[in-house]
Amino acid sequence: MSITGIGAAVRRKEDHRFITGTGHYTADINRPGQAFGYFIRSPHAHAAIKSIDAKMAAGMPGVLAVLTGAQLAADKIGNLICGWMVHSDDGSPMKMAPHPALANGKACHVGDPVAVVIAETLAQARDAAEKVQVEYGVLPAIADPAAAQKQGAPQIHEVAPHNTIYKWHLGDANAVEAAFKSAKHVTKLDLVNNRLVPNAIEPRAAIGEYDAGAGTFTLWNTTQNPHVARLVIAAFVGMAPEHKLRVIAPDVGGGFGSKIFIYPEEVVALWASKRVGRPVKWVAERSEAFLADAHGRDHVTHAEMAFDAEGKVLALRAKTIANLGAYMSTFSSSVPTYLYATLLSGQYQIPQIYCEVDAVYTNTVPVDAYRGAGRPEATFVVERLMEVGAREMGQDPVDLRQRNFIKSFPHQTPVIMNYDSGDYGASLKKALEIADYKGFAKRKRESERNGKLRGIGFSNYIEACGIAPSQAVGSLGCGVGLWESAEVRVNPTGSVEVLTGCHAHGQGHETTFAQVVSDRLGIPIENVSVVHGDTDKVQFGMGTYGSRSGAVGMSALAKALDKVEAKAKKVAAHLLEAAEGDIEFKDGKFNVAGTDKSAAWGDVALNAYIAHKFSGQELEPGLKEGAFYDPKNFTFPAGCHICEVEVDPDTGNSEIVAWTAVDDFGVVVNPMIVEGQVHGGIAQGVGQALCEGAVYDKDGQLLTGSLMDYCMPRADHLPPMKVDTTVTRCPSNPLGVKGCGEAGAIAAPAAVINAVTDAIGTEQLAMPATPAAVWAALQRAPKAPRAA
Amino acid sequence: MYAFTFHRPQTLRQAASLLAKHEEAKLLAGGHTLLPTMKLRLAGPPQLVDLSLIDGIAGVAQSGRSLTIGAMTRHNDVSTSPVVQQAIPALAGLAGMIGDPAVRHMGTIGGSIANNDPNADYPAACLGLGATIITNKRRIKADDFFTGMFSTALEPAEIITKVSFPIPKKAAYQKFRNQASRFALVGVFVSKRGSEIRVAVTGAGANGVFRVPSFEEALKKRFAPKSLEGMTIPADGMNSDIHGSAEYRAHLVGVLARRAVAEAIGK
Repeated sequence: MSITGIGAAVRRKEDHRFITGTGHYTADINRPGQAFGYFIRSPHAHAAIKSIDAKMAAGMPGVLAVLTGAQLAADKIGNLICGWMVHSDDGSPMKMAPHPALANGKACHVGDPVAVVIAETLAQARDAAEKVQVEYGVLPAIADPAAAQKQGAPQIHEVAPHNTIYKWHLGDANAVEAAFKSAKHVTKLDLVNNRLVPNAIEPRAAIGEYDAGAGTFTLWNTTQNPHVARLVIAAFVGMAPEHKLRVIAPDVGGGFGSKIFIYPEEVVALWASKRVGRPVKWVAERSEAFLADAHGRDHVTHAEMAFDAEGKVLALRAKTIANLGAYMSTFSSSVPTYLYATLLSGQYQIPQIYCEVDAVYTNTVPVDAYRGAGRPEATFVVERLMEVGAREMGQDPVDLRQRNFIKSFPHQTPVIMNYDSGDYGASLKKALEIADYKGFAKRKRESERNGKLRGIGFSNYIEACGIAPSQAVGSLGCGVGLWESAEVRVNPTGSVEVLTGCHAHGQGHETTFAQVVSDRLGIPIENVSVVHGDTDKVQFGMGTYGSRSGAVGMSALAKALDKVEAKAKKVAAHLLEAAEGDIEFKDGKFNVAGTDKSAAWGDVALNAYIAHKFSGQELEPGLKEGAFYDPKNFTFPAGCHICEVEVDPDTGNSEIVAWTAVDDFGVVVNPMIVEGQVHGGIAQGVGQALCEGAVYDKDGQLLTGSLMDYCMPRADHLPPMKVDTTVTRCPSNPLGVKGCGEAGAIAAPAAVINAVTDAIGTEQLAMPATPAAVWAALQRAPKAPRAA
Repeated sequence: MYAFTFHRPQTLRQAASLLAKHEEAKLLAGGHTLLPTMKLRLAGPPQLVDLSLIDGIAGVAQSGRSLTIGAMTRHNDVSTSPVVQQAIPALAGLAGMIGDPAVRHMGTIGGSIANNDPNADYPAACLGLGATIITNKRRIKADDFFTGMFSTALEPAEIITKVSFPIPKKAAYQKFRNQASRFALVGVFVSKRGSEIRVAVTGAGANGVFRVPSFEEALKKRFAPKSLEGMTIPADGMNSDIHGSAEYRAHLVGVLARRAVAEAIGK
């Protein structure tokens, strides 16, 4: 390992510019002649758009255009699509309703864009927007997913009777039923996985620019996957052919999934730029983001777990209603199906699993992937059942888990996934030691003396990351392949540019990808630059989500580096006048085996380009290689999180007093960055468990429409975290990495709720467990919570 | 934000005459409610009258048994003032709990009480200490000043100049925050000055800050948390929203009052 190679906790190269205000985010970019767009959004959850009168607005100072859905349709701009086909049990395809970038005829949620004003300045656009008169015919609305399919519920889209998008299942219902019949004990839970508003620190933004001379479009966009955006906007929306559209995702300030999707505003920015002949810029306001960025989670689930007399799990079944909001967002269909039900085996040997999922439309903001995407929901189901099962059967939750752990690999679950490696007992054991589980009873007594209720909760999560083998996801309905590409360009002076189809929006790729190169070529990371986020520079790539950059993107890089090394050895052989087979490459030096003859990396790079030592017919000059890497399997990071809380029974306030996380992410490239990812993930998971929750009223108005009412976790919600790792290599990729980006958000909610319910002695507690909710649960609970 | 005319008067008299002349004019003290509301275009006063250049309406002074705080005194200046910390530590502590550092360096006591946000902290201190609000026209007792949610006894063209607090023997403020906004979901200020006991509650009431006579009576017998043991107030008239039910707020009034008394007597 070089000092900046794999495993080194080097500082992030990109942070200097981020923290000194010298990054380049979309909002920082200004184009010559740029105009501004301001969207008029529906104030109603469900309403017919009877008329739009823009005459007065069009005459206001600075106004260039007022554009509506009717004009969008007239210009034959296509609808936004959901790119993952899920079929219902009866074989029928999911009911994808039209999703125009500007509502045409009908608005389906509060915030649905119905028109856009383009003006010289933002203030002028905003002034004019107030003068656009939209006449609405308000329709009855439905926001509650559990009620969306009921008889008499307002119908949102003609294509989807009873607001049902699909009725899907995974597993063998009869086998599960038989297992339940033979059970000694059955644990049953009704669970709500609360709806979340992502709130990346950088709001979404887009600049569309049309070059009339060249007939080309450029889109600067806050996206996690610029090539996918280009593909969809070209092939489905039909804005321009793919080779006439360039998408640039510059520095992006956080995504958490919400910037994967193709959104109306970026389509409108492109279209409007052609209409008005000027670049058009749009930057979301925070309150706009609450109504326009895809939300996350929003599941209503009934789940049951069957145990035998020894506490072995016999079967699990779950029925989930997943709220997909008013339209199907880009990958929305996959989240509550293939990213959720496939993880219901958790870390356990469960012979039979059956899961039914109904996806429904409601008059709410579309719901799609959010950090963890389906896997936090699955973990919450499995780990709540495990913990409550242990309590009901009077067993130690640790013993119950250990008894049911999968212990040999590979392990085929009944729900598609084939786990490749892991050691669940090892992470649990380490976590128990760090958390001092043995001392818990004593700590609980101390808390009691201070009038506090102490609880401990476990979450032994698993996730499927490294998304994903293309053939496998294709067979499950995914419209794209999920391989990744990398190109390594070695310069004559030996410095290196890496082009990756992944995209960094906080992950630190400029550092970690450089570490992989440093490790392999023996050059310092300062001599490596990482290029991403521009479809004109990187040929193609699938972007970053699902903890895939390490497992898939770096694997592509490793594959390209193999080719670079092979080519460089040929050059070195000529330079050192030795046979190619005698060249050894180590620590940045090429040696002739058994001799002291050697050439430095820089000499070989230079000779590859000056090409004086070999004939061009024999060996091509230059040193540049590319690779596409398609994973063989998902990766399966897993671990154990232990949360300890103290609840104040007088106020209901839950304070997290200790957190232990022991994760197995496979090989760790940069432990400092991994620890940061774990911290951030836990913060988001704690946010979901204790304070975050989007609340709609019955008319579909978002009551938590700003940070005054929607509570993001703050530093004082979080304890110092004890974070550690265990390592089992991922056998299916060259670096042995599994991925770490989502683990904390997946593990944390169950750990917190298991801890709080342990403290208060009742399982009747929904997320977010706010002080008011915990106090109310305590009032309902039987008196005197159990002693430790 | 809509366009507005920005006035920066040098004297109270000029400020008052601007208010008299422009009926829709708004005073700008700290601006922490007004400016965000204007940015969201929920308010668009055509005239804004900034009070920050007027001499003599900021600062802290103690004379005898009372503490006077100028209306334009920033929260941070109250919380860090040795005079306030010495005379009424509960008041300094309360000012230090308002918002975040950015808010505390701009927000003012006069602006806060003139706005009378039902979740603000200062109204609890004014009512809980029996303060007198002094304006360019008159002196108003806190008991008469807060007349309901976002409403006060202030007349048009009346400007708060300072607030006078009698120095109590014992006082404390307990605040239970709304997790999202960090305003008081419930805040309880208690004080004892001679035989006068005051218990003032912010955040909980549907009609803004209020006193709790039953608690005050109980504490007159003995100023100790035990005197309030098991006491609560009716949920009727409490706020109820997604952050907490009326019952929860009513319950917290009892909890926080007991904690405040305990803190006031140093237990």
